This record gives sequence, structure tokens and C-alpha cells, in this order.
Amino acid sequence: MKITLTLNGKKIEAEIKPDMLLIDFVRQQGCSSVKRGCETSNCGLCTVFMDDEPILSCSILAARADGHKIDTLEGLQEEAEEFGYFIANQGAEQCGFCNPGMVMNAIALFREIPEPTVEEIKEYLAGNLCRCSGYEGQLRGILDFMEYRKNGGAR
Amino acid sequence: MLKIKEYVRAESLAQAYELNQKKSTCILGGMLWLKMSNRTFQKAVDLSGLGLDQIEETEEAFSIGAMVTLRQLEQHQRFNEFCQGIAAESVKSIVGVQFRNMATVGGSIFGRFGFSDVLTCFLALDTYVELYHGGIIPLEEFAKQPYDRDILVRLIVKKMNAQCVYLTHRNTKTDFPVLTCAVSSLDGKGYAVIGARPGRAVRMELPANWEQEEDCRELAVRIAQQTTYGSNMRASAAYRKHLAEVLLVRSMKKLAQERRGH
Repeated sequence: MKITLTLNGKKIEAEIKPDMLLIDFVRQQGCSSVKRGCETSNCGLCTVFMDDEPILSCSILAARADGHKIDTLEGLQEEAEEFGYFIANQGAEQCGFCNPGMVMNAIALFREIPEPTVEEIKEYLAGNLCRCSGYEGQLRGILDFMEYRKNGGAR
Repeated sequence: MLKIKEYVRAESLAQAYELNQKKSTCILGGMLWLKMSNRTFQKAVDLSGLGLDQIEETEEAFSIGAMVTLRQLEQHQRFNEFCQGIAAESVKSIVGVQFRNMATVGGSIFGRFGFSDVLTCFLALDTYVELYHGGIIPLEEFAKQPYDRDILVRLIVKKMNAQCVYLTHRNTKTDFPVLTCAVSSLDGKGYAVIGARPGRAVRMELPANWEQEEDCRELAVRIAQQTTYGSNMRASAAYRKHLAEVLLVRSMKKLAQERRGH
């Protein structure tokens, strides 16, 4: 079957199998930041935006994305790079496998709640699992990033 | 692994219902639970193009489309004001924001899952389901029925003077609940709902004088005894029964306090 969608700002037409998952489709299109983790809709590694909302690409058919706007980390590099500095600065990345999904969801958090509380950060990112860091480094990185933004962006 | 031979985005409920009469067809709601299955379907019928993703409010009721996501439910200010936040409370621990942006109210309710927070929440309210073929029936009745090939169109939650408390116990955050408990007062009549027993949630009426009972522990024991509990990897039946008593005491006390205006 044929689908048409906008991937990272670019209109794409493709022939797919009806049961192809969105994660496989976007990876096939070169978006290798989207990782396959648990495959049980629990880990958040495969997070992409569909019409600007974070979703799990491992749990949705590519067919359902027909006519919609899909964004992966590849399409949000500028937004992600600035934030990623603070995550790296705290040593919050160890194996780094969960990082693209976490960064995507953190971007969604900041878009929805520009100045979240610690509780709101923890609640929003509860669906992003990390088996290396224990989340403390990520939380420090997020708080540092918020401080940086509050001070007008000077690093 | 889920295998699908043909994908159909339904253009009408009539078309979806007709296609769904074959056992080799499945309906796609949020498809999160379906995706975990190891099955092959000839047709998957997607309801996402039917405009069932809206929460509408009238003088008498809230109408919640089957394709409304758990995140929409969590963030709907008016509905949460009406139910004193139990809708948001009941879904906030379900995996994460991304999951709740996909999981649908219809999928949770039609599935009548034995771990469902959503079913527990809506049973605590005066809720009806609208089925394409079966019409409008109380959720309490629907929750007891066997699975059939009808299509859930929407939930209708009648507006009344509702006061509600929702409590749950999880072994770890974002996991399935070990037990869910909701206690509500609807126009002064008390109800208790126990879910994740691990079986379909059940609703029980509280006695007329439940707020005057001196020892609500005794009442909680009586209420908890009205249903059955099972064991699985998360907890034993005995532990669940004990939890039911504890959560009932806590929620009845909280609800009674709220009703007294404390």
C-alpha cells in the first residue's frame, strides 16, 4: 500500500506493507536515531513526534501515519544540540542508547511546560527508561539547561 | 508478532462494523495491547479517521469518543473538574506520556482488561457505553459481558453531583497496578470499585449510612469480601484482598472528609 507523509519537513511517498511499524519505516528512511528497545511500548527509545506529540514508533503502524507529520531527532537537531550539551556535561550519557528518545521527550516537555517543576520533569519522562544512569545525571542536566535558558542563554 | 494482510482506514462506523463481523478482522484502537499479540489478521480496521477523538460536554453529560487518548482524558480540564481529578489520577501512572498519547479510552474499556485503571475510574461514575449495534447500555453491564464483535463508539458520563477518590497500588512506578480502588458519591449514593484483582473491575454499592459507620475498617472488610481476588506475578490473592481493605478504608475516609468540607 502507498502512504504519503511529511518526515522531518520533507514530503515522502512510499510503498509499504500493511503491518510495517513506523519505527521500521523511519529507520528505512535513514532516521537511525530512532532505536528499538523493549518492543513492549515501555522504554521510550523509539519516541518520535506525530503532529508534534511524542509517541512510540514501535507501537504504531506506518499506515496510520499516512497524511500526518512525523519528526525524529534528525529533524530537530538544532533544538536537541543545545539541550544535549547539558546532558553530556553532567555525564548523563553512558551507553547513550536511550538518549535520542529521552531528548525527544524532553523537547516535548519544554514545548508543553516551558518551566517544569522537578516533579513534572520526573512525571513527563517516566516513560523513558535508562539502565545506566539512574536518571540523576539527566535530571541535573535538565535543571542546568533550564537555568541556562532563564539566564538568557549564556552558557 | 502481529501480522496484518490488509489495512483499512474506516470511512464510517457502518463499514467498520461490517468488516469486523469476520473473526479474521481486528479493530485498531490505540493498538498497544494488540501489538503485543502473536496473531495474523486478514484485515485491520483503523477507527482513527471517524472523528471519535473528541470529548464533548452538554448540560447533561460528557461524551467521550472511543478514540480519545488517555492523555486527552488526563488533560481535559472540565471533565477532571467534574470528577474531581480521578480521570487524571487514574491514568497518570500508565507507562509514560508517549504511551498515553496513543492508548485510547475505547481500547481500554472495550478490552475490559483485568489490570485496567480506566475501567475502574469510569465505573465509579455514572457511565454508559454506546455500541454501534448494541446501543447505549450501562458500563457496569458492559463490563460483565463476554467479548463480541460490536464496536464501541463512545462513553457517556452523566453529570450529577459527583465526589470521587481514586487510589492504586503499584509495585513500581509505571507498572500495571496490583490493585485499583475508587470510591464515589453520586447524588449522595455511595459506590466502591475494585479493579486489577486481577480481573475485570467490579462496582459495589455502599450502604446508605456508610459515612456514619463508626469503624470504616469493618465496612471495608465487608465490601472487600464481596468480590474475588487472584494471584499472578505481581501479588497473591491474599495480599490483594488485604490491599483492597486498606485502600477502601483510605478512600472512604478521604471521601467522607471531602464531603464534610474539610
